[in-house]
Amino acid sequence: MGVIFDIKKYAIHDGPGIRTTVFLKGCGLDCAWCHNPESQAFERDPLYRDGRCAACGACVDVCEEAALTLVENTVLFERTACVLCGTCVEACVRGARELVGREVSAGEVVAEIRKDLVFYDESGGGATFSGGEPLAQKDFLVEMLRACRNEGIHTAVDTSGHAERESLEEVSGETDLFLYDLKVMDSARHEATCGVPNDLILKNLAWLSETGLPILIRYPFVPGVNDDTENVTALGKFVAALSHGHPVDILPYENVGRDKYRRLQKSYQLPEIAAPTPESVDAAVAILQEHGLDVRVRGECR
Amino acid sequence: MTLTERTKRLRQESLDAVETLSAERAELLTAFWKRNPGTESVPVRRARAFAYIMEHKTIWIGKGELIVGERGPAPKVAPTYPELCCHTLDDLRILDEREKTSFRTPPEMRKAYEELVIPFWQGKSIRDRIFAEMEPAWIDAYEAGVFTEFMEQRAPGHTVLDDKIYRKGFRDLQRDIDTVLERLDFVNDPGAFAKQEELRAIRICADGLIRFAERHAAAARALAEKETDPARQGELHRIAAACARVPAEAPRNFHEALQSYWFVHLGVITELNTWDSFNPGRLDQHLFPFYEKDLDDGTLTETAARELLQCFWIKFNNQPAPPKVGVTAAESGTYTDFALINTGGVKEDGSDAVNPLTYIILDVIEEMRLLQPSSCVQVSKKNPDRVLRRAGRIVRTGFGQPSIFNTDVIVQELVRQGKRVADARNGGASGCVEVGAFGKENYNLSGYMNLPKIFEIALNNGVDPRTGKKIGIETGDAVRFGSFDELFEAFRKQLDHLVKIKVRGNSVIERIYAAFMPSPFMSLLIDDCIARGRDYHDGGARYNTTYIQGVGLGTLTDALTAVKHHVFGSTHLTMAELLDTLRENFETNEHLRLALVNKTPKYGNDDDYADEVMRRIFEAYFDAVDGLPNTKGGTYHINLLPTTVHVYFGSVIGALPDGRRAGEPLSEGVSPVQGADRLGPTAVLKSVAKMDHARTGGTLLNQKLTPQILDGNEGLDKFVSLVRAYFRLDGHHIQFNVVDAATLRAAQAEPEKYRGLIVRVAGYSDYFCDLSKALQDEIIARTEHQSF
Repeated sequence: MGVIFDIKKYAIHDGPGIRTTVFLKGCGLDCAWCHNPESQAFERDPLYRDGRCAACGACVDVCEEAALTLVENTVLFERTACVLCGTCVEACVRGARELVGREVSAGEVVAEIRKDLVFYDESGGGATFSGGEPLAQKDFLVEMLRACRNEGIHTAVDTSGHAERESLEEVSGETDLFLYDLKVMDSARHEATCGVPNDLILKNLAWLSETGLPILIRYPFVPGVNDDTENVTALGKFVAALSHGHPVDILPYENVGRDKYRRLQKSYQLPEIAAPTPESVDAAVAILQEHGLDVRVRGECR
Repeated sequence: MTLTERTKRLRQESLDAVETLSAERAELLTAFWKRNPGTESVPVRRARAFAYIMEHKTIWIGKGELIVGERGPAPKVAPTYPELCCHTLDDLRILDEREKTSFRTPPEMRKAYEELVIPFWQGKSIRDRIFAEMEPAWIDAYEAGVFTEFMEQRAPGHTVLDDKIYRKGFRDLQRDIDTVLERLDFVNDPGAFAKQEELRAIRICADGLIRFAERHAAAARALAEKETDPARQGELHRIAAACARVPAEAPRNFHEALQSYWFVHLGVITELNTWDSFNPGRLDQHLFPFYEKDLDDGTLTETAARELLQCFWIKFNNQPAPPKVGVTAAESGTYTDFALINTGGVKEDGSDAVNPLTYIILDVIEEMRLLQPSSCVQVSKKNPDRVLRRAGRIVRTGFGQPSIFNTDVIVQELVRQGKRVADARNGGASGCVEVGAFGKENYNLSGYMNLPKIFEIALNNGVDPRTGKKIGIETGDAVRFGSFDELFEAFRKQLDHLVKIKVRGNSVIERIYAAFMPSPFMSLLIDDCIARGRDYHDGGARYNTTYIQGVGLGTLTDALTAVKHHVFGSTHLTMAELLDTLRENFETNEHLRLALVNKTPKYGNDDDYADEVMRRIFEAYFDAVDGLPNTKGGTYHINLLPTTVHVYFGSVIGALPDGRRAGEPLSEGVSPVQGADRLGPTAVLKSVAKMDHARTGGTLLNQKLTPQILDGNEGLDKFVSLVRAYFRLDGHHIQFNVVDAATLRAAQAEPEKYRGLIVRVAGYSDYFCDLSKALQDEIIARTEHQSF
């Protein structure tokens, strides 16, 4: 069994072809720009879409812990009193309340993946395991990967690389492709924005490259955070020095996560940031290309 | 846009021209009818009336035009057909004043109607005959909105031409007629006289159209003599030469081929106001031999071919569909005549039919961006991906065209219905999504069936709760049903009963057309009317199919699923409670409505719980209709498409157990209920593919996509795979709406600024601003629901 928070079909940016992406819950990093804040905690998160709420009070009535109160047409939520029982979710007919994260078996997940086989066959797609950090639930991940491989379904693992070497070794024997994030090359800066130093991440990548497995480097490109020439250059240099060649996919920052923070009643750590300009993306492409790398932007070859 | 100066101007003139009605055809017809009180047989008299109209109607040759001929006296001017249905003066006033799809009805037109046309035709039209003949049960069901009737205002047409006019001239066809006439056996064949009259009528019609072409040749010559610009003078001479040649003789080149088709098109839509969609069919196949030969000869360049095609496109756009009477604007209001030009597909031998002209036509579709003609790409597994990619690039621009069809399933469908393989491969889709053996089939859409209405009647023991009138049969008090199966059986019985009422009506209407409204010009064009000496409306065609189009499959699936889940699958809701809540339109129980909307498995999410219910409905509908005999020697089949009728059908139904409020539109085609599909396109396609498309004559799937999903080469690659996967699952048709809600709302607020905005509604494209508020709102709701 493992904990996931979403299964997304027709995923067209998570590896080759049309894919189903399974999002495993829980992550050891705490990146400032994370646009899946509901992926971070290992336990379930209560989520609230205020736009759907009509303050009917149905959730207040069923909550035995008194975590919810109706005050002047607004439902207030006391997170510390919540025991994540889910009765309020059942009671809400508007879909305003949700508990993010559910415990499922590998078999259940693979049954869902299997539904889109015809699309994988036509497009050369498959399943991608993302997160959160999928390696944080290594046994569950391996079970799903094996089941997919058994049925000939192409798999990709989307990792931050922040994982025990043993876990990475075991997973590397079971998957067809890694999507490997590189965010900030300087370890101190990495720790400042992502909560952990990056030494382990870089060492793991160097080792993984030696295995010869296909790896697509993914570079979330966030203005003012990691888009500076110094960081781009360091990234290009590092990837170029790996034992095998790996394409780098630049993912320009999009401000899509902010609303989710509000729903989770979490605070967003970044100030308002505009999407990167095409010029700044082009400049990064040019630097990486100077290092002889195969560069893509949102999957499109450059 | 790579339009030439000429086509840019002609296109703009076509867009700017105001839809107007003309009494010219009605006046000519009435004058002929008065002068010929009926000493000859019905077909011959109708043929002579046709020839008379062609001899006397106004000839229009527009400035700079290369393809000539109009249905009315000028572009965008539509004739009327009082012999089918006669507009009243009130109708003419309303048409002029109504906000959507209005037609100017000038004073002289109204005067002609008042003094000549109405006095002569009132009470004598086909529509009058039909309503006089229908049994009370038919009238009741019709008025309750259980079904519509296509043939009460427009003639059964719904056919498409094959390649015969490119191989044969009308003089050749007349020689075929003469051969059959000579062999008529008045000793042994009791039908010999009827055949003789029909064949004579067909012959007269051929002369009528040839004469119409000759009049254009003369007019072009006269214009040429006065023309001072030598370049235009040369063009006018070429036009005159083409009109003198076709359709009497087979075309010799690309230009003549297009002109020949266009005269034939005008003949068909002047003889009768056919439901609908007559068009050249597989245009890239028909034209390619001419294109290749002309390029080899050096008489045509690719650029010149493009310009001719652009001119051809404009001619279609100049022909707004003539408006209905009684102004059932809620039922359907559109200028579109549903001419769906096919590209791609397979050849007669089953091989890949895509050729260089396929791509040129796709360019023309993109460049012209016109409502009419509509266009589609047929895609077989044998066709290259690049043709699908090319279509995807047009789809991406937010233009509703082209729609995409699965050739391999179309062939399966036609062969299952009993067609020869070669005829099936030479066929395709027409109208919205309907399959046909082009040039050889009378496939007649007879009307829409309101499936959720029938369920509502079953829930009320045969009574329409809107009127209290008994429409169906007594199938039991729903409160006493002990299982879902009992409920479904009640629905099935009502369905069988109401389908039979519809079919009984059709059997009368088909005969009324055969007896009083034969179509000898159409019979000239469709095999095997000449060989059999029988009219198109009387079983002359090689294949004769009658369709009843099912509507509201998604709505009905979700409604039945909700009852299965909440009433029979749990204890928290009783049937009595549900029925009470429906009767009061959820007014005191919004909570239940939301639970029905949000806490129920829904069709369109690849969820077998709901999709199994859909399959049961599909099978019940198939069993009720498929295989019944029509009066033309053919059989009934089903298809699933709504045009815009899902709005009207929704307006006559109360609240339903899926949480839909009274009066709201139904789902359209085989698409899920608007907003009920929450898992993206692959789940929708999987759900929809669970019905057996191969046993229909067409299904319509409308899939909306955000523009971002089609971004770049990657987006296009995946679009291609998405369509290929759906087709691998034997899906029949898919069309895409790529628009955003903000644009649509802006268009709703300021229609003047968005007149050119085209959306795919349901099987055809229409200008967004021309749609009813209800349909606009529905499309906006659809657009907003784009979470993926």
